Amino acid sequence: MLSIKNLHATVEGEDILRGINLDIGPGEVHAIMGPNGSGKSTLGHVLTGREGYEVTAGEVTFMGQDLLALAPEERALAGLLLAFQYPVEIPGVSNMEFLKTAVDGMRKYRKLEAMDSVSFMKLAREVCKRVDLDQNFLKRGVNEGFSGGEKKRNELMQMMLLEPHLAILDETDSGLDIDALQVVAAGINSMRDGKRSFVLITHYQRLLNFIEPDHVHVLGGGRIVRSGDKSLALELEDKGYGWLESEAV
Amino acid sequence: MSDFIAEALQKLPTETPGWLSEQRRRGRSSWKSSTMPTRKTEDWKYTRLRALEEGAYLGWAERQDPTSPALTALRDQVHISGLDARMLVFVNGFYSPELSSPTAMDGMDIVHFSEADETQVETIRTHLGTAANRDKYMFTALNDSWLDDGVFVHVKQDSKVITPLHIVWLTVPQREAFSLSQRLLVVMEPGSEATVVEHFASDGAQQNSFTNGVTELVLGANARLCHYRLHLEEEHALHIGGVHARLDRDARLNSFHLGLGSILKRLDVVVRHEGNGAHCDLNGIYLPRHSQNIDYHTCIEHARPHCTTKEVFRGVISDNARAVFNGRIHIHPDAQKTVAELSNKNLLTSNKAEIDTKPELEIYADDVKCTHGATVAQLDDYALYYLCSRGIAREHAQVMLSTGFINELINNLQHPTLGEYLKPVLSDMFVQQVTQRERTE
Ligand SMILES: Nc1ncnc2c1ncn2[C@@H]1O[C@H](COP(=O)(O)OP(=O)(O)OP(=O)(O)O)[C@@H](O)[C@H]1O
Ligand SMILES: [Mg+2]
Repeated sequence: MLSIKNLHATVEGEDILRGINLDIGPGEVHAIMGPNGSGKSTLGHVLTGREGYEVTAGEVTFMGQDLLALAPEERALAGLLLAFQYPVEIPGVSNMEFLKTAVDGMRKYRKLEAMDSVSFMKLAREVCKRVDLDQNFLKRGVNEGFSGGEKKRNELMQMMLLEPHLAILDETDSGLDIDALQVVAAGINSMRDGKRSFVLITHYQRLLNFIEPDHVHVLGGGRIVRSGDKSLALELEDKGYGWLESEAV
Repeated sequence: MSDFIAEALQKLPTETPGWLSEQRRRGRSSWKSSTMPTRKTEDWKYTRLRALEEGAYLGWAERQDPTSPALTALRDQVHISGLDARMLVFVNGFYSPELSSPTAMDGMDIVHFSEADETQVETIRTHLGTAANRDKYMFTALNDSWLDDGVFVHVKQDSKVITPLHIVWLTVPQREAFSLSQRLLVVMEPGSEATVVEHFASDGAQQNSFTNGVTELVLGANARLCHYRLHLEEEHALHIGGVHARLDRDARLNSFHLGLGSILKRLDVVVRHEGNGAHCDLNGIYLPRHSQNIDYHTCIEHARPHCTTKEVFRGVISDNARAVFNGRIHIHPDAQKTVAELSNKNLLTSNKAEIDTKPELEIYADDVKCTHGATVAQLDDYALYYLCSRGIAREHAQVMLSTGFINELINNLQHPTLGEYLKPVLSDMFVQQVTQRERTE
């Protein structure tokens, strides 16, 4: 599904990613952990093609395509979705209009029949319910005045509507109370169909209690310093990151 | 230098009706003594009148054939479905009964100055020129000097007129460049309520008109008027004009302005609070593109205590276009307990777009609340990226952000059907603009 080879990237002239290697197969769940500033979000943004995030070396193949040659919207259409750690507020553009535009574009790309407004409205309401958001959030400006947790649910809603092949969820579990965490975890699990893959960027083992990862990676200083199975997450919870960093150097 | 002043003086209107001759004479002498503004003229600092001087708008407007396919199509295009309005349509200044809808309205008289009866003439004479000051606004003087007809809307005391009046001023090109003078006087008697939509439009052909449109709104005690002034003309149509309002005790004016750019467009919006407790909501949007200009000068005079003003103007300025926004609030010594808020936000969607914004507060009373703010921003790259990351094409994302910026005002219109009418018109414009830009790149 996704294959990253020796990926180096700079942001504002600073080396942030320094040789990432990662292979993600269909249906797999990978967790990426690591201290603040280690480059987790940067990796997500490099993969989705954010301006200013410059790839200086390496290759990324996504479903057989050279991912780095595509514009951000083309990457999205190809089936890659990043749920942002800090979703953007866009006043004046209603959430409904935003979601409908995105879904219309995706359906067109996938050569599916266009959805009329009424059926889309119905679908959007159902998805709202699945992430436990009130329907009023559809009428409001995109993320406008949403609380931290509400923004995360809105990201999840976009994932459910756009049905990506690979979803990178950047701290979608941060700032959630335990009930909300269960809603989010159930939402993600409901999207697992054996083919769709997930990257969960997280600081907390508790999410992984609900969604069992196939692989756990630790990012440190722009590299993957350790990979393992789910037990690695438990070990980290126990010992912190210190022991790994001293080992890696 | 002052060619246009002399040329305009040569152009004489018909001398009927006779009772307007005094107004014409005063306008003429005021116009004669004015000088063409230069860069040093404070009120015209950023807007040049070169297009007016060079364009030789010497012809007069002529009556057009209302059954022409172009006009029939245009009539459909300006019809606002769902507004259920009474529609008055003018083509190059001439009233067109064929294109208008004839429904009579209880509580509201609508007459042409030239057809007014004796009592109506009396009312017109009492109010005409009391809101629009010809000595301060030179193009009002020009309008006075060319005055031979106008539209008089009279809302009777305590009448609540629900059906909006939709006045459509259409222009189509003539063989030679021409001038067009329009005057609207709305007199709201005490306790009355009404809605007036002024809608300027043209066909898509390259226009060659200069319109001087002056609107006066006179609100009696406790009257309520919802007023719109929409400028959706093709970019070669010049317009210099404005809206001048007087508010008596407890009157409420809600006035919304929308202006597309033009090679020259200048609008003065003047509101005078003349009675205690009057309130004005003044909102506006300007959207110049290409190398267009648009200049909104607003001026709110708080002459009496306990009056309130809420003013919000927003602009999206694209390509090489330039906009001017000048928001003046003048609080006179008697105007204690005034509450006035002014906000102006601008979005520049290109590096070459320009905005000159200036709030101007003059406060001579001590017990007032007055706030103002102006901002200038560019399209937010991170927001664009967010939209693109959901598969939305960059151009489409730009359109969404631009329309989003003005939607907050459009969504809050008193008549939502008007918003529904405007939204596709405006987003089509943004889409067109993006595709044009792509083509030139
Ligand atoms: N726009 C930017 N300009 C300069 N430096 C940046 C920029 N964006 C990120 N960085 C730097 O890149 C490094 C990695 O940041 P990144 O956001 O990827 O960390 P992270 O692992 O996601 O951390 P967190 O756990 O706090 O979310 C940090 O040192 C950060 O300061
Ligand atoms: Mg991060």
